[in-house]
Order: sequence, then structure tokens, then C-alpha cells
Amino acid sequence: MLRLEKRPAPSETWSYLAPVLAVIATMIGGGVMFSLLGKDPFEAIRTIFYDPLFSEFAWYYRPQLLIKGAPLILIAIGLSMGFRAGIWNIGAEGQYIIGAICGAGAALAVYPLESTLVFPVMILCGAIGGFAWAMIPAILKTKFGTNEILVSLMLVYVAEQLLASMSLGLMKNPEGFGFPGSRNLQQYASAHNAEFWTGTSIHLGVVFALIAVIFSYIMLARHQIGFHIRLTGESPKAAKFAGVNPNKLVIYCLGFSGALAGLAGMFEVAGPSGQISIDFNVGYGFTAIIVAFLGRLNPFGILLAGLLMALTYIGGEIAQSSLGLPSASIQAFQGMLLFFLLALDMLTNFKIKRTNTEVRI
Amino acid sequence: MSKSLLYINGLTKAYPGVVANDDVSFNIDAGEIHALLGENGAGKSTLVKMIYGLVRPDHGAMQLAGKNFSPAEPRAARAAGVAMVFQHFSLFEALSVAENIALGMENPPKSNALSARITAVSQAYGLPLDPERLVGDLSAGERQRVEIIRCLLQEPKLLIMDEPTSVLTPQEVTTLFTTLRKLKAEGTSILYISHKLQEIRVLCETATILRGGKKVATCDPRKKSARELAEMMVGGTLNSAKAKKTTLGEVVLKVSELSLPPQSAFGTSLKNITFQLHKGEILGIGGVAGNGQDELLACLSGEAKTTGDAIQLNGVSLGNKPPNVRRALGVLAAPEERLGHAAAPDMSLTENAMLTAMTRQNLSKSGFLDWPRAKAFAEQVISQFDVRTPGPQSAAGSLSGGNLQKFVIGREVLQDPEVLIVNQPTWGVDAAAAADIRQALLDLATKGAAVIVISQDLDELMEISTSFAALNTGCLSATRPMAELSLDEIGLLLGGADATA
Repeated sequence: MLRLEKRPAPSETWSYLAPVLAVIATMIGGGVMFSLLGKDPFEAIRTIFYDPLFSEFAWYYRPQLLIKGAPLILIAIGLSMGFRAGIWNIGAEGQYIIGAICGAGAALAVYPLESTLVFPVMILCGAIGGFAWAMIPAILKTKFGTNEILVSLMLVYVAEQLLASMSLGLMKNPEGFGFPGSRNLQQYASAHNAEFWTGTSIHLGVVFALIAVIFSYIMLARHQIGFHIRLTGESPKAAKFAGVNPNKLVIYCLGFSGALAGLAGMFEVAGPSGQISIDFNVGYGFTAIIVAFLGRLNPFGILLAGLLMALTYIGGEIAQSSLGLPSASIQAFQGMLLFFLLALDMLTNFKIKRTNTEVRI
Repeated sequence: MSKSLLYINGLTKAYPGVVANDDVSFNIDAGEIHALLGENGAGKSTLVKMIYGLVRPDHGAMQLAGKNFSPAEPRAARAAGVAMVFQHFSLFEALSVAENIALGMENPPKSNALSARITAVSQAYGLPLDPERLVGDLSAGERQRVEIIRCLLQEPKLLIMDEPTSVLTPQEVTTLFTTLRKLKAEGTSILYISHKLQEIRVLCETATILRGGKKVATCDPRKKSARELAEMMVGGTLNSAKAKKTTLGEVVLKVSELSLPPQSAFGTSLKNITFQLHKGEILGIGGVAGNGQDELLACLSGEAKTTGDAIQLNGVSLGNKPPNVRRALGVLAAPEERLGHAAAPDMSLTENAMLTAMTRQNLSKSGFLDWPRAKAFAEQVISQFDVRTPGPQSAAGSLSGGNLQKFVIGREVLQDPEVLIVNQPTWGVDAAAAADIRQALLDLATKGAAVIVISQDLDELMEISTSFAALNTGCLSATRPMAELSLDEIGLLLGGADATA
């Protein structure tokens, strides 16, 4: 018989090994799933993990990796701050949508004004929109003690309804022949989140994601707020003794993650997506939760995890089109990654031992 | 020579990373009160858990009344005639005494018959107890009687008592000892676990001393001094703290009519607490656990807020200020719970130094933290307070209780407080570390700081305090000079009788 025994201290080796093993286990588990679907598992895994990076079309896919990864990294960095302090913002998807609506709304309000101020104002509005949406669970939690997990999650559905209403009503393109959806911001020069670096299609959102990684690293390692966040996560009572105001921390963590999610939404609507439409959101806000944990809530870990997750997105799309894998199987594949990570994560705190059979009766 | 009741032969039990008991052997005679002495972590709990069937030994054997004894579970131990009163009671507050006792029995008799038996036993052993009362209404001493009667109803051959006096007032201790002597006279053996040496010298005729999981000696405690026993427990010589004669200075801290509603369903409320603290004074606040000690510390440290004027430092109102504002002004605190309150277990000592020293040691510049200075401060605490650890990078949770407590107290003392409040400064700390901590508090007061020591250990308070007050159900008695008080008076104060009223 095997049993688990708690380690005296969490194992450093395992905390780095677990994500790597989780990726390998996901490849094996995914391979089994793909073969049950009647596909060649080796080809499927190769298509997902290898082709985007090294096939003949890699020149196209590689920058895509950054474009898909940027919103994931931006959102996950924000979430990781709260997660470290035990503040669970599950509604980044909603904050992402509201950020996009506010950012696009600012541009559409002044259309067709061409000015260099339009884009900075959109950035600001996107961040404020996400921040404000996150303040709803934050204030309800600090004033009335509601559970931020439930409130932030439910607000995702409210935001989705708002998105649909915007696409069909207020923000509908007046020249759009009655189709739902706003004007395409890609055709509005001042508002277009265009490529930043010619020929790479890397936009400003990628730069913001990298800044967020460095910013949050400095906060956690060197700043009082980061120390208070870690302290609260380790031991809420000790944090209170140290003088941390738990309510302020809730406001800060939810506000920060909301603002970053809002930014991600704004960069997406002004760039790759281009318009407010009913199906604008594709689940970045939820996938970012996986990214945050896959990256061990560590800023640089999140950077790598975001890129890995983007790889499964892009590879998954290639696999869908070239191998005809159903899109649900790609989602299941991503789910496996989180599942194996959480399972293997246990080995950071526990070790497997054989039951001692020598006990005398 | 009478035949022994329980033979313990070479019991060994190892846990991952530590040998809790290493080849421990001794005998308990029929009708003797046998003390089991040792510091925290010496292996006392593991040993009695093996006797009571909660833990199985790796090696070794036991014999009870001439038969091989290896209980697989507490039920088997009880059937063989071993009963145990735990330090922490397992009683349901919402049920009556009789109902609680019935719950612990294999085949409880009808409630009338049981009540009659409870009354009979309680009268026979001088343990007054009404079987119909709700446990929630009982004092700690009365709750302990419920546990003892629950054991006595089994008519045990061996009764194990784990730190039974830690929650009792001196009067209740006397009652308990009378009961235990009566049981002994009837032939019941008692294994009495304690670290209070005076009690053991009064009560027990044999003592087995454990140190680091090994048996050090079996001796007659009446023939040894408390100091000799303590030195056997520690394995070295002891320095006892010495108070220097100090004259009290002016008032630094004024607490007036401080009240706090209960912070949780089972919290205690504080009612109109009023006292004054002078420079150089050590105010000992005694009281049985759960009478508002944690709440009082929280109010003084700033974790709980009250009205501004309730707490005044040199005339500045502090009652509604957060902890770091108080720290800046010189009011520092060290809570009882070392891990998870005074220190974060998985964080390094450097980070734990940052935890309270950020404000006073200027470790934060416009929000950015000066880790090299925090490390230097942690190293200073480690060296000046003789904290045994590989270095400031060690996690707080990896330190032993005594070493961590030295770190926690040292961290505050070295920040040069005007007022220092400590709750249970030596709880669960080995004797040598406890003496060091008490000496540090005395030195601090000699330098002119005011110290409040909240403690359940009366010996400690009598040793270091200049004045005394008792905390009972959230009310604080009037402050009295320690030198004027007798043990009886202290007992009355702890029981809630205000000597000045």
C-alpha cells in the first residue's frame, strides 16, 4: 500500500518539476484521448506543440504566440497578486469584457476624430472599466462580507449580457447593414492597436504584458504592498498583527487584477478582434486562471505559462483545421493541463511512502 | 517490594525526522502518584499516547497487572483499566454534565441511574458537581471535574492526567490534589504529567524525567530541589531571572474604560478595563485562559480598535489607531500564538523581522523595502537573544518553540519600546529559554520601559512582576503591588473577587 506523508518543508525541486511533469502527463493523457478519437496521437501532439514553433509556417505562428499570450499573461499577472493573498477573482472574463466595452466606447464616442490622444484615452478607459467592474465584488466583500468568488463569477454573465446589448444597440455600427457589432476599430487609424514593430504584428498589449511581469516582480520582491500580499497569503492573522488592513488589500488586489483584465480587453478589441461583437470574449479570463497557477503565481513563471497556453491554443487551432479534431477536445486537453498540475502539485507538500508493514499487533 | 502495576520496557517511537521516545523503560507501582517530567518536546505526550492506545510503539512492550498490554485503540486501553484526562477537554457545551458523561460510555445506564452515580462519585471524591447543569455554564475547573468523573466511573487502575493544573486557580488545585490523594489511598495509580516542579514535589512520590525522548532518571521528587529537577529536565545549569529594585516613574500608558464587544461567537467581551502603567513597571495580568487575554492584547496592539480615548500613551489617544501608528509611538506587542500570529511559519526570519520592525527600524523607504537592513536586524536579534538557528534565511516554522519565542520577544525588545505587551511569553518554552526571556523583560523595565505580561503561569508573574491584576470574564481587577499579595489573595482575584471591592 502507498500512502502520503507530509513533508517537513515544501520541496523546492518538486515545485519546479511539477509544471514540467504536468505538461508531459498532459501530452500522454491527450495522446490517449486523441487516439480514442481515432487520430494518430503522435501526429496530434506534434501538431499542437511542435508545428507552431518549427514548421514551415512558423514565421506566421511565432508572433501569434505573443499575441495570444499577451492577454493571458496580462490577466494572469493581475490575478496572481490576489491569489497569493487568498483573494479569489474568478471574474476576470467579465472585467476583460467591460474593459473592451469602455475602451471601444471611448473611441466610438469621438469617431471619426483623428488625434494621437484617442489611443491613450482608450487605454485609460479600458483600465478604468475593468477596475470599476472589479470594484463591485471588492466593495460588496469589504462592506457586507460577500464572497468575492461568487460575485465576480456571476458578474461575468452580466458583462456578457451587456456585451450583447452593446453589439445590438448602443454601439451597433450605423453603417453595418443591420448586422450586430460595432464599427471595426482596425479601420479607425487613431483607435487601432496596430502593430508596434513592423512586420511582426506585435502590438502594444504585448509590451504592456512584459511591463506587467516586471512590475509585479518588483512589487512582490521589493515593495511593502507585495510583502503584505505574501504575508496575508501565508498567515492572515500575522498580517493583521503586522498592520495590514485586509479591506484595503481586497480593494487593491481586485482593483489591480480588474484594471489589467480591462487593459487586456481593450488591446484585444482595438487590435486582433477589431470590434465589439456578441462573441467577442473567448475565455481568456478563465484560461488566465490556469496560466496563473501553471506559472506558480510567479511573474516569470506566468510569462512562460502564458506562452505555453498560447501554444496549445494555436496548436489546437492547427490541429482542428488540419487533423479535424473537435474543438471540445482541445478544451479538454487544456483542462488536463490544470488537472495534472494540481495533482502533481501535491508532491510539493507530500511524499509518497510505502505503508510500514512492520507494525506489530 | 510491591509488584508494579505497569511495566514499560524499551518503548521506542520515531516520527519522520525525530525520535519521540527512545528506549524508555520504567514501572508504575500500584497506588502511587508517578510524575512524568520533561520539557516540551521531551516525549511525554507520545509516551502517554502509547499507553492510552492512541499511538503504536515501533519497539518495546508493556505489561499491565501482569498481562501483556498493547492497546490497539483507546477503547482497548479503557477496557484494560487505563483512563486519561486530557489537557484540552472534549465536552459539548450545549449538553448537560450527565449527557456528556453518557456520550463517553460504552453502555450508558438510564439517565436517572447515571445522575445518581455521578452524584455518588462526586461526593465520595470531594468533586462537587451537579449532573443536570449545562457544561457551557461551568468554569474550567468544573469542566475538568466532569472529565475526571467520566474516568472514575470506569473504575480505572491507572489514571493519566496531562497538565491538569494549567487551567486551575490555586484553590481549585488544592481540591484536585485532595481528590488525587484519596484515589491513591484506594489503590489507584496516577501518572501525572506536568512541568510545574513545585506541584510535583508536593504531590508525587516518584518522578520519571524525560529529555529529548530518553529517560534521564527516576527519582523521588520530594528529596530533590526544584532546581535540581529543572536541571535534570534541561540537562544543564539554570539561571533564574532576577528583578532589580526599581522605582516607578511617571505614568506612560493610561487605559480607561476600555470595552470591546465579542469578536466571534465564542469570543470574550472586555468590560470597562481601567489601569495605569508607569515607567519601569512590570504589570502581571493573571487569569485562566479564555477570560479575555487575547482580546486585551489585540486592543493594546491595535489589531482591534476601540474608542480613541480608551488608550492613551503620554496623553496621546491611541485606541482607534492601527498597529503601525502605535509602533511608531513606541507601543509594541508579542502575541501568544507564535506561529501564525506573531510570526508567519513559512517565511524566513528576515521576513519575520520585517513583519513588525518595518516602521521603527526604518526598513521601508517610500514603500520600498530595505531587505539588507532587515537581514541585519534579524541577525542582531539572533545573536543578542541566542536564537539557535542556521541563520536569518531559515523559515520561522523550522525553529523550536523556545527559539522562536526568543526571536519574537527579541524582535520587540530590540526595537526599544516605551510599552511592551506580551501574552504568555514563556508558554511551551523550555526552562532555559524561559529564564532568558524573563531576564530580557526585567532588563527592559530596568531601562525605563513599561511592560505588561499577560500570563497564566502564576509562578512567572510572581517572579517578575512589580504589580498584579487579574482578568476574569473580561473584567480586570484593580492593580495591586505584587509584594503585598499572598497566594490566597491572588487566587481570590483570579476567581473574580475584587479585593478592593
